[in-house]
Amino acid sequence: MIGMRIVQKKIGSVEFGIMTPEVTRKMSQIRVVTPDTYDEDGYPIEGGLMDLHLGVIDPGLRCKACGARMVSCPGHFGHIELVRPVVHVGYVKMVYTLLKATCKSCGRLLLDKKELGQYKEFITEEEREMDEDAALDIIQRTKKSNKCPHCEAKQPSIKLIKPTTFFEEDQRLLPSDIRRRMELIPDNDLKLLGINYKVARPEWGILTVLPVPPVTTRPSITLETGERSEDDLTHKLVDILRINQRLRDNIAAGAPQLIIEDLWDLLQYHVTTYFNNEVSGIPPARHRSGRPLKTLAQRLKGKEGRFRYNLSGKRVNFSARTVISPDPNLSINQVGVPLPVAEELTVPEHVTEWNMANIKEYITSENYPKANYVIRPDGRRKKVTEVNRPDILEELEPGYIIERQLKEGDIVLFNRQPSLHRISMMAHIVKVLPGKTFRLHPAVCKPYNADFDGDEMNLHVPQTEEARAEAWKLMLVQNQIISPRYGAPIIVGDQDFVSGGYLMTHRDMSFSRRLAERVLVAAGIVRPPSPDLPNDRFSGKLLFSQCLPKGLNISYENKMLRRGCKKCEKHKCDEHDSFVVIRNGKLLRGVIDKVSYQGILLDTIFREFGAEAAREFIDKSTKMVIVAMMDHGLTISVSDYEIDEETSKKIDAVVAKSEEEVNDFIDRYRNGQLKHIPGKTLQETLEDNIMAILGRARMDSGEAAGDYLGDKSSPMIISRVGARGSILNVTQMSALVGQQAVRGGRVLRGYRNKSLPHFKDGDIGMRARGFVEHSFYDGLLPVEYFFHAMGGREGLVDKGIRTAKSGYMQRRLINALQDLVLREDGTVRDATDTVVQFVYGEDGVDPMKCYGNNAIKVRDEVIYYDEVDRGESTEFEETGGDEYD
Amino acid sequence: MTKPFDDYKGKLPELILTELEEAAKGLKMPEARKMLAKALEQYENNQAEPGEAVGIVAAQSIGEPGTQMTMRTFHYAGVAELAVPQGLPRFIEIVDLRREPRMPIMEIHLKEKARGDEKAVIAFAESLEDVEMSQFADIEENFSKQTVAVRFKEEKLEEHGIDMEEAKKQIEREVRRRAKEREGASLVFEPGFSTLRSLRRFADRIKEVKLCGIKGIRKAIVLPEKDGSGWFIKTDGTNIKAVMELPEVDPTTVYSNNVREVEEVLGLEAARNALIKEAKLVLDGQGLNVNPRHVMLVADVMCYEGEVKAIGRQGVSGSKASVFARAAFEETVKHLHNASIKGHSDNLSGITENIIIGQTIPVGTGLVKLGMKE
Repeated sequence: MIGMRIVQKKIGSVEFGIMTPEVTRKMSQIRVVTPDTYDEDGYPIEGGLMDLHLGVIDPGLRCKACGARMVSCPGHFGHIELVRPVVHVGYVKMVYTLLKATCKSCGRLLLDKKELGQYKEFITEEEREMDEDAALDIIQRTKKSNKCPHCEAKQPSIKLIKPTTFFEEDQRLLPSDIRRRMELIPDNDLKLLGINYKVARPEWGILTVLPVPPVTTRPSITLETGERSEDDLTHKLVDILRINQRLRDNIAAGAPQLIIEDLWDLLQYHVTTYFNNEVSGIPPARHRSGRPLKTLAQRLKGKEGRFRYNLSGKRVNFSARTVISPDPNLSINQVGVPLPVAEELTVPEHVTEWNMANIKEYITSENYPKANYVIRPDGRRKKVTEVNRPDILEELEPGYIIERQLKEGDIVLFNRQPSLHRISMMAHIVKVLPGKTFRLHPAVCKPYNADFDGDEMNLHVPQTEEARAEAWKLMLVQNQIISPRYGAPIIVGDQDFVSGGYLMTHRDMSFSRRLAERVLVAAGIVRPPSPDLPNDRFSGKLLFSQCLPKGLNISYENKMLRRGCKKCEKHKCDEHDSFVVIRNGKLLRGVIDKVSYQGILLDTIFREFGAEAAREFIDKSTKMVIVAMMDHGLTISVSDYEIDEETSKKIDAVVAKSEEEVNDFIDRYRNGQLKHIPGKTLQETLEDNIMAILGRARMDSGEAAGDYLGDKSSPMIISRVGARGSILNVTQMSALVGQQAVRGGRVLRGYRNKSLPHFKDGDIGMRARGFVEHSFYDGLLPVEYFFHAMGGREGLVDKGIRTAKSGYMQRRLINALQDLVLREDGTVRDATDTVVQFVYGEDGVDPMKCYGNNAIKVRDEVIYYDEVDRGESTEFEETGGDEYD
Repeated sequence: MTKPFDDYKGKLPELILTELEEAAKGLKMPEARKMLAKALEQYENNQAEPGEAVGIVAAQSIGEPGTQMTMRTFHYAGVAELAVPQGLPRFIEIVDLRREPRMPIMEIHLKEKARGDEKAVIAFAESLEDVEMSQFADIEENFSKQTVAVRFKEEKLEEHGIDMEEAKKQIEREVRRRAKEREGASLVFEPGFSTLRSLRRFADRIKEVKLCGIKGIRKAIVLPEKDGSGWFIKTDGTNIKAVMELPEVDPTTVYSNNVREVEEVLGLEAARNALIKEAKLVLDGQGLNVNPRHVMLVADVMCYEGEVKAIGRQGVSGSKASVFARAAFEETVKHLHNASIKGHSDNLSGITENIIIGQTIPVGTGLVKLGMKE
């Protein structure tokens, strides 16, 4: 089955039409008459719904139609002869339109010759399809007169009582009458209404014979008790057969018309719900337990339906799933595969004259890596066991395929859901490791949006040469370093790698020979450079330079640059080391920070030296930096957020001042002295002002805390460098938490005239409206805690809604755009070859090759990197409500 | 453009050329030539490759950051600005092509002569505001007499400089009835309806009579022009057509965030530009970096069929050629039944269809076919 199978046939197109009664009978193996399924012995009853002509679902039995056994018999259709015709729910609309638009006695369209003439071209041109608007127009026109222009017959009005009952004036129109009328309508008239008479004669919308699907589509299951439980479809078919039989008996017995019509309606109900059990206007058919039955339409529909669940997405073999954990010792393009997984997954290998020895080794081997299966040229699979090993070795010859266990160096696809973009699935190279989790390099977390708090990921083993080649060339991790969304690196070292880079390349940092060698060896560099500092010591910049490609020349501003620092602005500041200069792969000046790790440096390496060099840079630098940082140490503890008495007083003063200002505004608001901003009400103006004041208060106190903690403290380093957290987080922990937001404003809701019972009526002061003046270090007052929780809850609810909404939006976007492909002529076209863009993106440039969003790089100093961390905010932001920035 | 740049016309996009020319200032001719050659090389190297699934990449590039967008409506603290729905809700609104956005906003810039005087601009802005009769008068129906009485609020009328007689004429014109009597500030109509319902409806019609302003504009505020040349107007509610016709307004700069309206008044190309502009505005507002090429492709897919279509079952997805693709998206049963009546056939030229059938999809390496001579 696998490997050499050549696709010989291709499906060119699929046609749709209504099944004719003749076709239904012709493709039927047997006419089903008995509503019963199995006899007392559990053997299928002949002429019943489980008849052996319809396929087999019991092991051991043979199909009476094709003679095959369980799995190999695909199943066959049967049919039920309906005693009286019934309307097919799906075609009620068509039947209704036709009844209204055609003559009751001659069947012609209710248009006169002149009007018909206008649409002549639709009739004469065989292939021409009626367009929808024209068809609707015709339907409108037929409503005008109530006399047939062809036979002068008067046309009574037709009414439809949903879902399937028709009335003419007040006279019931029975399906048999309707069917006769449908038969009268000439083909050409149907064409004018957009109905393709070749495959959809309207009388076929009134069923006289019902196909019975094969048993394989409605298998019964045997419960533990030995009791058989039938499929919903079988239940429904039983109902239909029962009523059909009763109707037949009653007609034969000459029962009154009323009773016959009742039974007829009942048959109609069962057939309707057999097709669709969610038709409005009638109660859904229910299972004994009260659960609505899942009939044909329900099987196809919706997310769990056949289309979306089984056809658009398919289950696959050769895949594995387990928890992920980090391993910075891997390369970014590797994936650590646990041995038990590697033993189970296989790669097909074709046996040829030239690899025979190799293959035989896999077969003989009793331990990993060995062959799990052998596939003979006729497609038969055989498991390699202790017993048959010699036989297999004997018969092995070119043309055989063996399935050997996954081993190091194989290529696999690695994926984490939700797969929101293409880089949610990349090709990695296998590295078999002990343990039970998949291991991946932390730098590839970002494209997968993975963390290690219990995330699981999937792994797929490509099975054909084409698939493997495409994985290597197109999907390998290093080829995805640049994001196609914004043309800048997305596979980047973050967090510890950034702070490590900073610590290592800091100008105060120096390394002893011993340590330098350790750092270099971690990155796989065995030849240390000659020391650049006295006493046989190495600067961090020198060591870092060892993972830069030779020939790299670049200079740029980093995040350390301070606006206002005169030296910085002139790129001459040594204190902040804010201007990076790299010449011939040597880091001469400037400290490595987020901009380097995630921005221009990596970007330049990727574009000028290629994907492989960029991968090497990430691999080497992350490993190096981690060792360097482990030696130096970077920790965060509660005491790092401690502030002294003096700073505390400063912050208190800021709060006190703000309170004064706020109260002043409130007073002016109450006195009517406050002037409102154009376009806003007085109250909104007040709120705006208070929010601005409190926002400023938080900023000022944060600054005070930051000043005290100083640039050398861990919290400030990591936020400054861009590794983790922002000044806001430091503020909230050390200084004060600040204003809590609910619905984009201060806390306004709760009790009448107050937010919580702890406040006076009408208090709109800052404390009564959700301002938290304590820091997480100090601890929050109960009231403050509550406000904080309010903000947090809103954030949580918001997040839930957001994922649902954006998920649906993305599904729609993908569906609308998926067929657009860039063609050889440079145009973007859809599936019907219609041009959507004559030149892709107006200049044909690939966003992934773009410099940021620019087609070419005109100036050197353009710095671009990813947007500010927003979704990736810290716990505190996420639960602490949104802040005003 | 100068000499060496002329040679590259048509080879490099205009925008890049102008940028290059800017950058080349002070360069000598041979240097400039060298730069241009390099730029061209880079440009050609950066061309996208045939087979690239540009549609999917665009959809993902816009959909993926969707999870990072905020839901809330922002009010910019302290700045006089109308509250615009931002982030995800606004973006969904754009791709949904809602008939009217939740917050329709128009920017109106006046002609240079008219924009300088703040007072005058404010007065003009106020004159735009659509004011209904109900704000100027108490309107009551009297069922026993079968009349409707209109009592003007004189101070209000004066405030807006409306003459009572004029107001009366306006009502009479709109409801096509003459007022029966007039005493002081009251009018009485006897419309001749006998049911309470029709009488009420008549009263409502009077309430809705427009006295001044432009239909659809609820509020207009005046803001300073960014370049300091004067003042411009931002409105809540849109009506491009009526505003463009006003003599004070510079019609070339009237802007509305209602894409449907832009299409109706200014046409398809304008609507496409509006879509791109609005989408980018949302993304930028959220600090999300998305290549404009993706946004453009989405806008183009909404426009390429000659009218603006929404992304979704009523729009682009609902009008696809493939039966399978439509059935697999939404309204499965409806599409299958329709296809059978019309006798459609699915030519399996798109992605979904081929996945359903189990064949190679016509994208990327799947697009390449090999032929062999017999």
